[in-house]
Amino acid sequence: MSVAALGIDVGSTTCKAVAVDEKGRILARRVEAADPRIEKQSQRMLEELRVAAGAAVPVGATGYGRKRVAADHSLTEITCHARGAFALTNSPGVLVDIGGQDTKVIHIGGSGEVLDFSMNDKCAAGTGRFLETILGRLHVPLDEAAEYVARAARPVMVSSTCTVFAESEVISMVASGEPLEGIVKGLHMALASRVSSLIRNRSEGDVFMSGGVALNAAMVAALSEALEKNIRVLPDAQFVGALGAALSVR
Amino acid sequence: MMLRRLQYEMAGYAGPALLRFQEWQRLRSRKGKKSKSGAQASPFGPPLECVGKLKELMSLHYLQGRYADGAVPVAWVTSGFPIEILRPLGFHAVYPENHAAMCGVVRMVPKLSDAAEKEGYARDLCSYARSDLGCCILNTTPAGRLPKPDLLCCCTNICQTVLYWYKALAERFNVPLVLIDTPFVYGEAKPHHVAYVRSQLEELVKVAERVSGRRMDLDKLKDVVTRSKEGARLWGECLATAQAKPAPWTGIDGFFHMGPIVALRGSEECNAYYRMLRDELKDRLSRGIGGIVNEKHRLLWDNLPMWFAVRELSTLLAERGFNFACTSYTNAWAEAGIQIDPADPFGSGASSYMHIILNQDLGNRLGILTRLTRDYSCDGAVLHSDRSCKPYSVGQVDLKERLMKEMGIKVMMLESDHNDPRAWASEPGANRLTAFMESFA
Repeated sequence: MSVAALGIDVGSTTCKAVAVDEKGRILARRVEAADPRIEKQSQRMLEELRVAAGAAVPVGATGYGRKRVAADHSLTEITCHARGAFALTNSPGVLVDIGGQDTKVIHIGGSGEVLDFSMNDKCAAGTGRFLETILGRLHVPLDEAAEYVARAARPVMVSSTCTVFAESEVISMVASGEPLEGIVKGLHMALASRVSSLIRNRSEGDVFMSGGVALNAAMVAALSEALEKNIRVLPDAQFVGALGAALSVR
Repeated sequence: MMLRRLQYEMAGYAGPALLRFQEWQRLRSRKGKKSKSGAQASPFGPPLECVGKLKELMSLHYLQGRYADGAVPVAWVTSGFPIEILRPLGFHAVYPENHAAMCGVVRMVPKLSDAAEKEGYARDLCSYARSDLGCCILNTTPAGRLPKPDLLCCCTNICQTVLYWYKALAERFNVPLVLIDTPFVYGEAKPHHVAYVRSQLEELVKVAERVSGRRMDLDKLKDVVTRSKEGARLWGECLATAQAKPAPWTGIDGFFHMGPIVALRGSEECNAYYRMLRDELKDRLSRGIGGIVNEKHRLLWDNLPMWFAVRELSTLLAERGFNFACTSYTNAWAEAGIQIDPADPFGSGASSYMHIILNQDLGNRLGILTRLTRDYSCDGAVLHSDRSCKPYSVGQVDLKERLMKEMGIKVMMLESDHNDPRAWASEPGANRLTAFMESFA
């Protein structure tokens, strides 16, 4: 199998890159914490994949940093996530992508086209950063969050959806002796409630999830509960945007 | 008084020559300077030739305004106020909204808003109101000088904010305030609602006569109403040229060219200008000249523009072949005015000023948007959710759903503000617009 194209998704929190074959299958992947020196980082990551490819292949770029990447073609993350998701599912539906600093809800049509989309507005409420910041304050490692939620006897409701206000709210809950497990569960529910409001009238059909937050099983469960339907986490959830970028130049 | 009157009249006579001289000097000083854009081709068609005349007309209005107080009666009025009644009495009209938009274009608003906020006005208040109050507080204006009002006139057909904004102005200037209260229209206006507004217009005449020291001349009123109706018709003709493909101008051009129909409505200068503009647009049509070079998609814009970023937005769109073929905001000035009848200035005036888009229910608004989408062959719409203009923005989520479903077009909502750049996140906003445009591929 030979590499047909490379795709890179320069996000706000992480930088993802993939190499795909002619059929759009992911052959190699790289993910790193986003470096503000975008040109340098993207060039190095692409070079690593290029060496594996052994030949000159076209590069597609997406994400907030796409303009700083030496690519053959660049598209917004909305279009790339839709293309990537459709390639993985081959079916219409709603894609929920929760990344580090934004949450995208994309309604994908029968040919993989973007019918409609919505995003969180201007603040980090409803994004991965919301959990990251507050769990960090509680000294709960991100990859253990699901275990905390599973152990919770009951959720402690977090009413704020603003990351900064939620942080102060959580601090006062800790001070009042509320159990950490319940607070962590409450945080997941608050995030799920915020994200589900973006999906408004788009809950018909399948719901897919991608982005770094899709790796958090507790978050998938909370969102599933809020939407009252099963959510299918896409394989290579973090690489859906990069895959879409690669497919756009394949 | 005599001297002020002389200055005011002189500004009217000598103003055009002075402004032309200034423009000549400006162009002369630019000669030989290299254009910033260099060799990069512009995505826009050739600029409209009558832009110079538009600048001259609006500058003259503000130039005369500098000498108006003490020379003629001065009224500060809301954009949707029945100005026709004041013109026969010789009032010089100042439009704080139009003036605020000017402050927005020159990006003065954060400074003005800070001044208003320091006096206790909330940042959630309309940015036009904050701009205007800020100008009063700081005693500043990009127009040189604004004449002090003898009368304040507000009409609630555009929003309820104007009432409280003008009450604040009335206290500041210690002058009478006339309120025309227009009941909200669900479906069609009820006859008793029209009668109620009509009685307020008749009451307005008495107050305006007292303030101006003149008697209303009904023949003059009919003349003004005739001109106002003709102005709305001409403006509508200008807008309708964009139904052709490619549209001979952009919706963004339309935002700037609406100055006369807002601020000079009912005057012959306004109508003469729109005749000139219409002729030029028709000439462009006959020669196939578009507002943008490569028009591929035509969009509808709903709500006020973002005055501080109109160029940024239109360039982003034009570079990808998207044009705002029509806007519900500029269209509003063509629709209501043509309903006015010179034979019945008070009754028809009451009815037409009640039927402006912002005073109508969501069903009517949807009707306007679907009609515009069809008439202008739009394949998409951008609904500007304007933080400052709540009456225009409420209901847009439902309008979006209905437009998508019933018209089969792509629609996006763009969150910003008409005058306060602090409510606009440029990068994420541009990114969303780009994603929206990509979805047409």
